[in-house]
Amino acid sequence: MNDIRTIALIAGVLLLLTVATAVGQFLARHPDRGLDPAAVNAFNLRLRGWWIICTVLAAAFWLGTTTTVVLCGLVSFWALREFITLTPTRKGDHRALFWVFFLFTPLHYVLVAYDRYDLFSVFLPLYGTLFVLARVAMAGDYKRFLERTAKIQAGLVVCVYCLSFAAALLHVKIRGQEPGSGANFRLLFFLILLVQFADCMQYVWSRMAGRRPVAPEVSSTRTWEGLLGSATSTALLAAVLWWAAPPFEPWQAALVGFVVAVMGFAGGMTMSAIKRDRGVKDYGTLVVGHGGVLDRVDSMCFAAPVFYHLTVLVAGQ
Amino acid sequence: MLYHAEPMPVDVAPPRRAATGRSAVCRAAGLTLAALARLLSGASVRWIASQPDTCQRVYFANHTSHLDALLIWSSLPQPVRELTRPVAAKDYWSRGVLRRWLAEEVFDALLIDRTDIKVHQSPVDLMLREIGSTRSLIVFPEGSRSVTGDLGEFKSGLYYLAKKRPDIELLPVHIDNLNRILPRGEFLPVPLLSCISFGPPMWLEHGEAKANFLARARKAVQALKE
Repeated sequence: MNDIRTIALIAGVLLLLTVATAVGQFLARHPDRGLDPAAVNAFNLRLRGWWIICTVLAAAFWLGTTTTVVLCGLVSFWALREFITLTPTRKGDHRALFWVFFLFTPLHYVLVAYDRYDLFSVFLPLYGTLFVLARVAMAGDYKRFLERTAKIQAGLVVCVYCLSFAAALLHVKIRGQEPGSGANFRLLFFLILLVQFADCMQYVWSRMAGRRPVAPEVSSTRTWEGLLGSATSTALLAAVLWWAAPPFEPWQAALVGFVVAVMGFAGGMTMSAIKRDRGVKDYGTLVVGHGGVLDRVDSMCFAAPVFYHLTVLVAGQ
Repeated sequence: MLYHAEPMPVDVAPPRRAATGRSAVCRAAGLTLAALARLLSGASVRWIASQPDTCQRVYFANHTSHLDALLIWSSLPQPVRELTRPVAAKDYWSRGVLRRWLAEEVFDALLIDRTDIKVHQSPVDLMLREIGSTRSLIVFPEGSRSVTGDLGEFKSGLYYLAKKRPDIELLPVHIDNLNRILPRGEFLPVPLLSCISFGPPMWLEHGEAKANFLARARKAVQALKE
């Protein structure tokens, strides 16, 4: 039964992707349809990203829980790389950053892999924070001390801590299901699907009905209409797909979808504010040739912890 | 005055050792270190109005980190890399067995004595003799690593190099962000992202004054920063 649901979900997504890719390629070959070629291009690029995500996810699914956690750790590592590259640091931060990258990030994911919720839920926000403060202080450079430490702490929490909750979903014990079974993978897939769908819907609704930007100084394309529209559409999709996510009733799934969309929006706004402050458009353009992992996972960073806790709340034994 | 003011006849001798003469262990070590440096520095490589080529070239770059030469070397395609030798300071790189092995055997570096420059054995003549008519060089005209990350003044070696061998292509290279990955005085790297840009080749113009040429070369590196 479980496997039938998993296969149904994967087949459905594959079908959707294939159809969307066919449409995208058709539009790209026929530029005379009166559609904005830039929008078509963006659509095709996003689809390519989706294919990659699905391939990687499918591979991780076949290879098991630990592989998926490691994969998530690598994404975190890369996102943190982009985050710190973008934020100006001083030489006094160097040693602290070294340990943040090579000790705290990997150790946190080891705790996640061993399902030590009691430890990984406090390790970075508590000990990571204290370490960064103390190590930067010991480096002897006190200029704008709080500002500099806050940057590193924000990077750690957003890129590593928050994102790791997506991986931690694989260890959640769901009533009547084997831990680490297909049900957990479906839960993770459900989250990714909702986050990406919310992103797309936000774009579409803002484009079609966007009137009032939430904060025009930060982002002119993120509007109240986009937020409301994406939250509603995502809630609908979640309610329709409730059978794929084991612990939820349809109304609970809808609520989860709504919250995930709102959190994803918050994540996008946050990263936009940072990017706007640094004067860049994408994290990817900062260093030419890099795709910009942080641009892809910003909504996920904010949505994953809430999704995790809601799941635990509903599925709690 | 460190260098000869007038051009000296250059005897084009065959290189000390053929490019493929290195042992398999050294080649493997070189490849491993190059891959590691690329991974750690997340370097993206851009060729702006230029292409990788096996013709004789002098790559001149800004110098902010110990990884600079290794990273430029590793971002060249394999056939070009085999022909390219970094120029490094003898007082630093011949100290200790490991450094000496890395410099001499693995990277086939050309070690220049910064402290004891003799009139009859100028570094420029040594470089030209060592590269013969086939090999390329990586040089850092600032002379030493910049502390602030800003581009310093260029030393005159590049000018004499260009004057004695006007046929060699001079390729400006800009390395961005590497000073944050491994700054001067640190030995543990922080894996941020960096970018290496290769610019269009330039030559010494006929009758161009030394100061003008050095300023132009410096500007060429600066221009790649954007």
